[in-house]
Amino acid sequence: MANDLLPQTNPSQGNPQNQTEVVRFQDVSIKFDIKPVLSDISFQVARGETRIILGPAGGGKSVLMKLANGLLRPDSGSIQIFGEEITTMPERDLFKLRARIGMVFQESALFDSLSVEDNVAFRLHEEHVPEEEAHVRVVEALKFVELEQAIHKFPSELSGGMRRRVSIARAIISRPDLILYDSPTGGLDPITSTTIIELVMKQRDVSHTTSLMITHRLQDAFTLAMHRFDPETGKMQPIPNGGVDESTKFLVLNEGKVVFDGTTHELVSSDDPWLRAYLS
Amino acid sequence: MPFVSPEEFAKQKIAAIQDYSILSWQALAALFSKPRYWSDIYTQMDSIGVGSMPIIVLTGFFTGCVLALQSATSLKAFGAISMTGNLVALSMVKELGPVLTGLMISGRNAAGMASELGSMKVTEQIDAMRALGTDPVRKLVTPRLYATIFMLFFLTIVADAVGIAGGALVSVTLLGLNASSYFSATYRALEYADVVQGLTKPLFSAFIIATVGCYFGMSTKGGTQGVGRATTQAVVISSVFIIIVDFIVSRAMIGIFGR
Repeated sequence: MANDLLPQTNPSQGNPQNQTEVVRFQDVSIKFDIKPVLSDISFQVARGETRIILGPAGGGKSVLMKLANGLLRPDSGSIQIFGEEITTMPERDLFKLRARIGMVFQESALFDSLSVEDNVAFRLHEEHVPEEEAHVRVVEALKFVELEQAIHKFPSELSGGMRRRVSIARAIISRPDLILYDSPTGGLDPITSTTIIELVMKQRDVSHTTSLMITHRLQDAFTLAMHRFDPETGKMQPIPNGGVDESTKFLVLNEGKVVFDGTTHELVSSDDPWLRAYLS
Repeated sequence: MPFVSPEEFAKQKIAAIQDYSILSWQALAALFSKPRYWSDIYTQMDSIGVGSMPIIVLTGFFTGCVLALQSATSLKAFGAISMTGNLVALSMVKELGPVLTGLMISGRNAAGMASELGSMKVTEQIDAMRALGTDPVRKLVTPRLYATIFMLFFLTIVADAVGIAGGALVSVTLLGLNASSYFSATYRALEYADVVQGLTKPLFSAFIIATVGCYFGMSTKGGTQGVGRATTQAVVISSVFIIIVDFIVSRAMIGIFGR
């Protein structure tokens, strides 16, 4: 089943020079009214990489995520997704590009007038996928998040954690090449948070999809960095000998600036006093 | 409300007019290119048109009743009570039918659109729709705009008809007029220009209701309080615009047709 959710990448798409780079931010700045939200942000995310974005609340993490999907446009700088510059791209072309991007919103953002099935199949219906095929793919996606029993329910009948899982199913149903998780564990209890992190890990280790994930919980970030999903047991397991997942890297933002960009080892061994205080 | 400089205030208002104009143009133009959401248009027609029938029938009927009742007093003084039918028909078809229907639909549907789209905006459903590759203007605004234009036209005809019927009921039962002479008077009173004037107005009113309702919904900020504010503004501004545009259209029609 997991193979069905593997991303369908097309190597001919995008700029050949940036084939290994899925996301590239270069000197990106944005302000709302007169308040700067992000200042000169630069980073890259390679194909297959999971980039965890950490930082205090109000640091511009969600804005960064919306910039990556073209939902907001920066005041200056360049953003390339799959090698294509999106800051100057017309909205009509952005709609096509977004077919390759899945996004999980902070509060799930499920369409409350639609059932779980119609929410998950929204993109398939827009693409006029036949009803039978759409149903089969919805069931597959809901099985991936272990929520196939809720297919006929409405968002108002679901708990916060279930909504988040439906949101993940909606994001992965089109087999995207890039997934953006905006605080997928925000406001959830620790057990449900772990379930969501396990799903993110499953997507990372089974489908190897490039992803950006915002989290406020350091525990979730390090769980993701230090565990691996075992397809045989269907559970996550710690990487032996205190190892870390090499495809998982960190970006830490504070007051609209990048204060750290690197691997898990570099993060925990950083001498930066602010970073040490934040991690403690 | 925080104080802003006159310059900042003017800039905000001009920016709002610009955003409203762009939204209206995009919503109108979206029907002429793919994808088109016909099922959403039919759903909105049902909600806006069929759903508004009871209030339009009641409003139109009792407006016709009270019009006949009130005008009879004045007409009696001139011995022209038989002209009640003329007065009711002309008033309903040229003015009261279109304006009252527009105002009632504004209260019901501009508010509905602003609150529904506003709730979607503050819960990030509009962003989610964009993130899923769907243009929210095409999917949400265009169906509401064309459904309102189509259905308000017919709702106005219904309001006119039941208004004249209400006038007939009062004229026959309370004023002692003959039913056939009443209907004959209404038929003779109306000319082509009156009907054209009465059926042009709802097209403008519908455009105002849908675009103002959707504009305030799509530009909602600030959570549930923002939704409430957007709903109020949508009803107030669309109602005022309907009455202003009613005057402009009336003047233009009188200029064109001479009555």
